[in-house]
Amino acid sequence: MGRTLIEKIIIAHGGGECTGGDVVWMDIDNRSARDFAGANVVGNLEKYGGDSPIDDPDKTFFTFDCNVPANTIPYATNQHRIRLYAREKNLKIWDVNAGIGSHVVIEEGLGKPGTTTIGTDSHLNIMGSVGAFGQGMGDVDTAFAFKSGKVWFQVPNSVRVTLKGMPAPGTEAKDVALAMLKEFGSHTLLGKSVEVCGEWTDQASLSDCITFSSLGTEMGAIIILLAPNQNVLDAFGMKKEEAIYADADATYEKEYVLDISNLEPHLAAPPNPHNVHPVSEYKETAVDGVFIGSCTNGTYEDMAYAAKLLKGRKVADGVMLKVVPATRKTWTRLLHEGLLADLFDAGAIVSNAGCGGCASGQIGMTGLQEIQVSTSNRNFTGKQGKGDTYLAGIGTAVASAVFGRIATVHELEEV
Amino acid sequence: MASLHLKGRLWVLQRDGELISDIDTDMIFHNQYLAITDISKMGQYSFDNLNGFKDFAQLAKPGDMILAGDNFGSGSSRQQAVDCFRCLGVTAIIARSYGAIYKRNAINSAFPVITMQDAKASDFKHLEVVVLDMDKGILGEKKAESMSGVQKDIFFAGGLFEYAETLK
Repeated sequence: MGRTLIEKIIIAHGGGECTGGDVVWMDIDNRSARDFAGANVVGNLEKYGGDSPIDDPDKTFFTFDCNVPANTIPYATNQHRIRLYAREKNLKIWDVNAGIGSHVVIEEGLGKPGTTTIGTDSHLNIMGSVGAFGQGMGDVDTAFAFKSGKVWFQVPNSVRVTLKGMPAPGTEAKDVALAMLKEFGSHTLLGKSVEVCGEWTDQASLSDCITFSSLGTEMGAIIILLAPNQNVLDAFGMKKEEAIYADADATYEKEYVLDISNLEPHLAAPPNPHNVHPVSEYKETAVDGVFIGSCTNGTYEDMAYAAKLLKGRKVADGVMLKVVPATRKTWTRLLHEGLLADLFDAGAIVSNAGCGGCASGQIGMTGLQEIQVSTSNRNFTGKQGKGDTYLAGIGTAVASAVFGRIATVHELEEV
Repeated sequence: MASLHLKGRLWVLQRDGELISDIDTDMIFHNQYLAITDISKMGQYSFDNLNGFKDFAQLAKPGDMILAGDNFGSGSSRQQAVDCFRCLGVTAIIARSYGAIYKRNAINSAFPVITMQDAKASDFKHLEVVVLDMDKGILGEKKAESMSGVQKDIFFAGGLFEYAETLK
């Protein structure tokens, strides 16, 4: 019987001959905790970890990305508690200067195709972007993975979505993900492993894949898995035979086809990520602030695209443009290639690498009645402040910053 | 040694002849008691926010089991919503389905949660004594799901971290 991609990854990690619905023990290649909940992981290990709380220090690490450097005393205290524990146990920390943990895991080559990663970040299923397993877990399960190298997991049922056609020029990976949210909402894919294929995924860059899979959490999916295409294999220096793919005769619980031919840029209006509409329907909406960054749209390619669009243009008077690259490596490239100057000269506030707008105020929150366009992944009330957040791609975010109202990237060509 | 065969009174959580669904963690163990960390003090607040069953903690006896509808334990990740039942000596929960985090918390602390997809209130008399076979997946004479291998591993070890010790 043919196996789906998630089944094959789990089988390759000690899960036995499992299929959707089975509950299995599986081996975890990368065991991580971040500054949020990381201190609880340490607490669990101190309480229950016994004499040997860490199975393998080389596979176990912390990533600080929520509140970096800490601007509240509880965060500072938690981060330092983790530092002291990590020093004692000889565990690696990607500290407050490193950036978003999930991106660091990909960048460092730890989260390569076919691997398994767990941690306390609910967007760790972003690893599906490279055909790898990733899952956010609570502090008890994460501590158990630190101690044993394993977690238990109910193998999800798999569905397949075929994307038909290619989007219109100026439409980004974010818009394709928003089209998925528009079609499926937050219930249809609930609890599923979602394999997505089609002409668009075949040619997508690693950055596109990351953006696309990062919104799986908002769709309620366990993970959005993309079979590694040539771009992704090249990014890890891997050959196709070294990655894991679904069997050709794999059977899926359900098959869906979503037509994305000539798809135009979309946004998710408040109050939730599946309230998706064409950007062109919101052109009258005045904007107070724009955020560019997050695990969804914080890669070098995202930042370089924003810089290209902003070069020689200015952010509208009275609009805050906040930019947070995902990782220090991205920051470094932007700095040395001069792209940072393009962002800065246009009027952007550029912060150090991290989660930025989604976490506790690293680059400021929104106030009551403040309207923000954000390239991140959640616009629930209160997530990024008291204001109203519209989720969109880089082009829409930049155009909205330049015009001071929601605008499409195509309008930028006119100025 | 823990047993996969339980016998006890069955609390049928029903309203108007239907098993109650969506019993959330605030109905099980209200957030006003979250500061309590001593498990021996948790039992007295079990279900004290669930209409019709607010006297559960006074009336429950060790060995009792609970039958509920869909999505039992939805809501927050609070461990107290599992531990309050352990405190009272409740031995198992049987429900049509569970909130995902609740199910994980219960399994990790070796507390039996059994799924019975087509459970109905009319299948049992409230507080009748029933036998639960978690190995075969039978409650009284009705079919339920059996415990998974993973659930048994953790159940017999007495908890997730206790299971880790057995791996050495």
